[in-house]
Amino acid sequence: MSAHLPSGRAVRTDRTALALRGLRKMFGDVAAVAGVDLDVQEGEFITLLGPSGSGKTTTLRMIAGFTEQSAGSIEIDGVDVSTVPPHKRDVGMVFQNYALFPHMTSAENIEFPLQMRKVPKAEAKQKVADALKLVKLDSYGPRYPRQMSGGQQQRIALARAVVFQPRLLLMDEPLGALDKKLREALQLEIMHISRQLGATVIYVTHDQEEALVMSDRIAIFHDGKIEQLGSGEDLYERPISLFVADFIGESNILHGKFAGGSVVAELGTWRVGDAAAARASLGADSPAALVVRPERLRLIPRTGDVPAGVNTVDATVTDVLYLGSTRKYELRLANGQGVGVRQQLGGPETTWNPADEVRLAWDVDAGVLVAGRGA
Amino acid sequence: MSAPVAVKEGAGRVMRGPLISRWGALAVPLLLFLTFAFLVPMFLIVVRSVTDPVNIGMGNYVTFFTTEANMRVLGNTFYIATVCTVACLAIGYPYAYLMSIVPQRVAGIMLVFVLVPFWSSLLVRTFAWEVILRDTGLINTLLLNLKVISEPLPLIRNTFSVILGMSQILLPFMVLPLYSVMQKIDPELTRAAANLGAPPFSAFRRVFVPLSFPGITAGCLLVFVLALGFYITPTILGSARETMISRFIADQVQVRVNWGLASAMAVVLMVLTFVVLAVASRFVKLRDVYGALGEG
Ligand SMILES: Nc1ncnc2c1ncn2[C@@H]1O[C@H](COP(=O)(O)OP(=O)(O)OP(=O)(O)O)[C@@H](O)[C@H]1O
Ligand SMILES: [Mg+2]
Repeated sequence: MSAHLPSGRAVRTDRTALALRGLRKMFGDVAAVAGVDLDVQEGEFITLLGPSGSGKTTTLRMIAGFTEQSAGSIEIDGVDVSTVPPHKRDVGMVFQNYALFPHMTSAENIEFPLQMRKVPKAEAKQKVADALKLVKLDSYGPRYPRQMSGGQQQRIALARAVVFQPRLLLMDEPLGALDKKLREALQLEIMHISRQLGATVIYVTHDQEEALVMSDRIAIFHDGKIEQLGSGEDLYERPISLFVADFIGESNILHGKFAGGSVVAELGTWRVGDAAAARASLGADSPAALVVRPERLRLIPRTGDVPAGVNTVDATVTDVLYLGSTRKYELRLANGQGVGVRQQLGGPETTWNPADEVRLAWDVDAGVLVAGRGA
Repeated sequence: MSAPVAVKEGAGRVMRGPLISRWGALAVPLLLFLTFAFLVPMFLIVVRSVTDPVNIGMGNYVTFFTTEANMRVLGNTFYIATVCTVACLAIGYPYAYLMSIVPQRVAGIMLVFVLVPFWSSLLVRTFAWEVILRDTGLINTLLLNLKVISEPLPLIRNTFSVILGMSQILLPFMVLPLYSVMQKIDPELTRAAANLGAPPFSAFRRVFVPLSFPGITAGCLLVFVLALGFYITPTILGSARETMISRFIADQVQVRVNWGLASAMAVVLMVLTFVVLAVASRFVKLRDVYGALGEG
């Protein structure tokens, strides 16, 4: 069996490398993780993405065995590891603060897991050299962690976590302490390395761009649960809730009631595409929200015909921002709500100015229906 | 390349120069105190050791090193100090380790237990040991009454009682440096070791213990050097065989009124202490190798 995931990563089998079933963790009365179910395929790169305090780290720590779960099970390669101590789980972890042993050189750090597995000396030396090469720090073996930059330390930490070919590679915001440029370079490097090794990766971040760049699938965490699991495209184009729509990318959200295949609000009545309506499956008259991405909106004159299959709402331009490849318009609706529109430059679009009274238009199929507030 | 490094260091020194001279004023009171309370008396003692009772000569040192009893006392002093250090480390290390892994609040309470000895006089505590250990003391009376033994156990006036009493007094000086270092060891490191396949004891031995090394060196040094100068405890809890060099020096002054020999002994003790410190400082430099633990 062989399939290609969106990242181009070749999956050798469709075996489940990790399965979380009803995973929960209580700290006192508070559920840090409130029932997580997740299946990760061998060779897949999964990112846990969510706001601060949503339970990403706690989930990762339970997988690594540092924290005992309150309920549910963790299966690695089909075996329940709930009662297996961390040193027997065979799971590699890259920590946010690197956690390199300060009294050992890079080479000694990388050799540590091999020594624990009683790998013969010569073979271990070779593996250490290979791992250093993998992270492009061939000549840094004799250096102590404090003699290296943050980015170099994180690469050594990565080498140490993969050198023993763990069944899973866990990373908790490994790039969180680095500056933007270095972060982007290392994102690519981590992707390449994990792909090269065919490693199954669970990656934690709260940087959505990082998640979109690196992952095969993204699990959106919210209040200790996975709110939605899917590819970056799924999450962006077809969010299943207001939370996801709001969390991923920029979005314009129009609130109203769902009635007769449309969202009805004071500002207007907007048709909803059949597919979108079917996905949301909202009852009649229930609170609904229509999500439209900024690049799906167009500005047209108030006068003139509205083409078929298009929804509109009147707005006033407040700001125009030139951003190089795009132009961004900030507008205000009659009820005071702000709306953003992104216009690709280089086309035949008209340019509008602040205070212009315009009409916002979008294709019916470009709107995503989700349950509204209080639903 | 060593040249750029040298330049950098040089630049750093130039930058820091004026700063040190200004803040350095804060150290003046201590330096003055040290000069008059330590350096001057020390100098007088050194002078006396070579001038009393005869003019300039090493006679007192020759006497000291050629008298067998003196050498035995010196050896005994180092032996007792060594055993005390080992005992304090053996008892203090697990305790400090426990302090470093329990919640802060519990560690605070444990710290109080360590510090209690500081709140009572050394003399009182030493006599308390006497009350516990002597032939008609607490332990012997209890064991005799329970008919576990028929003769009192020889618990006092021997090396055992001296080491017991001294270790109890010196324990805080072991635990405090150990704890201060251990508390700064990032618990994530032990977790990382476990994650990499180290069973708990291996993680402890390969990661935690080496990182606590600066605490071990500091604690051992402190206990050892303090133990060398002990006077009251070995006098009260020991016999003639446990006489330590401080007691010997006092005897020379008070009983024999031999200031010259007493001074020579003091100088020998001081020089040997410095030798110990010098040797140990080679190990303390390991702190550099291990990196700034505080930042880890
Ligand atoms: N040891 C603990 N004791 C009590 N509460 C905890 C503990 N660890 C985590 N929590 C709580 O559990 C919740 C989830 O925490 P967690 O660290 O998993 O969040 P996170 O998603 O990793 O957040 P971040 O993005 O900020 O790292 C938080 O509300 C946190 O306060
Ligand atoms: Mg976290």
